Amino acid sequence: MANTALDPHAAITTTASGVVAQPLTTADGKPLVRALARSQSRARRKAFLLVLPLLAFILITFVVPIGQMLQRSFHNDGFSANMPNVSAWFAQTERGTQPDDAAWQALATDLQASAEARNIGVVGTRVNYDMPGTRSLFTSTGRKVRDGIEPPYRDALLAIDEEWGDPQLWATMREVSSPYTANFYLASVDRTRDVNGDIQQVDENQRVYVMLFWRTFWLSGLITLLTFVLGFPIAHLLATLPMRKSNLLMILVLLPFWTSLLVRTTSWMVLLQQQGVVNDILVWMGVIGGSQRLQMIYNQTGTIIAMTHILLPFMILPLYSVMRTINPSYVRAARSLGATSWTAFRRIYFPQTLPGLGAGAMLVFILAVGYYITPALVGGSSGQLISNMIAQHMTSTLNWSMAAALAALLLGAVLVLYWLYDRLVGVDNLKLG
Amino acid sequence: MAVPSYATPLERVWHYAYLAICVAIFFFLIAPIIVIMPLSFNAEPYFTFTEKMLSFDPEGYSTRWYESLLTFGMQAPDAPRDMSWWADAWANAKWVKAAKNSIIIGVSSTIVATSLGTLAALGLSRPEMPFRRTIMAILISPMIVPLIITATGMFFFYSNPCELLTIFGLTPQCGKLAGSYLGVILAHATLGIPFVIITVTATLVGFDQSLNRAAASLGANPRVTFFRVTMPLILPGVISGALFAFVTSFDEVVAVLFIAGPEQQTIPRQMWNGIREQISPAILAVATLLVIFSIALLTTVELLRRRSERIRGLSPQ
Repeated sequence: MANTALDPHAAITTTASGVVAQPLTTADGKPLVRALARSQSRARRKAFLLVLPLLAFILITFVVPIGQMLQRSFHNDGFSANMPNVSAWFAQTERGTQPDDAAWQALATDLQASAEARNIGVVGTRVNYDMPGTRSLFTSTGRKVRDGIEPPYRDALLAIDEEWGDPQLWATMREVSSPYTANFYLASVDRTRDVNGDIQQVDENQRVYVMLFWRTFWLSGLITLLTFVLGFPIAHLLATLPMRKSNLLMILVLLPFWTSLLVRTTSWMVLLQQQGVVNDILVWMGVIGGSQRLQMIYNQTGTIIAMTHILLPFMILPLYSVMRTINPSYVRAARSLGATSWTAFRRIYFPQTLPGLGAGAMLVFILAVGYYITPALVGGSSGQLISNMIAQHMTSTLNWSMAAALAALLLGAVLVLYWLYDRLVGVDNLKLG
Repeated sequence: MAVPSYATPLERVWHYAYLAICVAIFFFLIAPIIVIMPLSFNAEPYFTFTEKMLSFDPEGYSTRWYESLLTFGMQAPDAPRDMSWWADAWANAKWVKAAKNSIIIGVSSTIVATSLGTLAALGLSRPEMPFRRTIMAILISPMIVPLIITATGMFFFYSNPCELLTIFGLTPQCGKLAGSYLGVILAHATLGIPFVIITVTATLVGFDQSLNRAAASLGANPRVTFFRVTMPLILPGVISGALFAFVTSFDEVVAVLFIAGPEQQTIPRQMWNGIREQISPAILAVATLLVIFSIALLTTVELLRRRSERIRGLSPQ
């Protein structure tokens, strides 16, 4: 019987012939099912252990920092941490409550305390984010109350500045008195809250973000289209030429791909300037007069031309790798059945290139949406994208919460596209050269 | 690709028009890279071809911008060119410093990215790897997430890396990584990892796992199997992944802008300064050198790719 247990085939025959089944066991007598499960889970664990160091590395240096950054988009305790008393008063009262004596007293003590602790600038900055133009109110009042303030507090504060009586200011302070806020997200879609806390659009001349998002997506779409128009013929040519010739021509695609981004951007600056090579050639050929040199850079045109050039290889390479696998005899068969060359291309060849086209287009679009360097250098003011706005909030206006909110929206869009890309193309099908 | 014999005259015309279009697109691709090379030898501080350059007058050309790469930032650029002049250039010239930084940061981040990335690619290529797709998507994401977002996140994190531990109720003190070589190296390693993963997993596709089992059955332990059997076969992929990682670091400026301090200025950072402040043909001289560098890298990667395909018998040669 011990022998039968060792031989799995014997066991199967026994079962098949209807005799009561013996549980299969390994040589040392353990049930086979469990031994198999154990060895499989050991293999899984081994594979996972190989990946673990890198996964941990990416989580710590990449995922966690981005998460931390995003936290700033809805968490900002610049006001609540430095103005505890008045924040508590806001927490106890309902929205729309008129400030009473307790509120004025809390405000005065908080102002004095944070002026002494030299935090009044932080408080003013936080309020300023939601109500532009109020930072100086806080800092100047802070200077005056630092050495003490006498009751009645309401009259004392109003004597320092009339603006303390502004209901809009009190509504804004109520908004920022909680460290958690969605207002930065509202601001990134050009919305704000009025005195009653209702959401409304900001003034027409301050609406920038929706326009910028719109421009980012529209320019990325246009650039994707342009890379398709320019990339398709090239990919087709490379895919139909004999291997040796196409390998040679492929260098012309790969060299730009391997060349530094800054080098390519610089080249376009040199070429497209008003005193640059392209304008010189046009003037020399007599297409334009010497005084009507074209403005092709430091505006949207510059961004479009340079980004199309930089992203073109990302369209050509996936298209090429799909086109290589298309069997030319299908088109020939269509022609022999009477199709014109246009019909054969439209109905037979083009549909077969769609996987490559989809992969290339999504990759180009995803990369274009987040572009920063090229628009910053050649975009002027009309060619700036949302990334440039994030950078501006990070480096010059220092409104980090706003930068984080814009980054969160951009990241959300990119991740949705990335998820789609993974579903449709699969990240493991990404190829480089 | 020739015109088929049954083509109509119209189709012949279209075929040649198509070839002309392709030539124009190739020109669009390559011309911007070629055109900066002669311009970098311009004797005048202009970005266009001067009369003298167009008539091939030797006076129109000079190597002054290449020299300025060495002298910019030197303490005594006009001193006689003896040993101390070169020592001065080596120690103080801004572009030389930037090149040294780029190489230090590039090589270190490549080592980190390649070693971790190759290990992970080996794990990811095993059929029994759990959550393969999700993990792969996470590991590739540094390439997809806009650089400005990555750099912003890293800026906050590297300013105070210990803040992370406060979640667990700990309040340890540690130095900041921002403004240090280590910070930039870690950031660049993160950005280079997707390229290593992509190239090495591509090499491992079609890797015959039974070779490992054969080695094991002949008595090799896993370490010996890896270094004597697996590694030689995937080496071309690993090297081209490493080159990609190196180029990523060598070309990266956004993370450097946000994380690096004045001591970690790299070549792209220095170029960024040059382009934004006083753009001079010296930038074109750097650009030309970088193009030559990328031609060398491209050649290496192409040779490796062909070798890898030959080893694995993917292409008949």
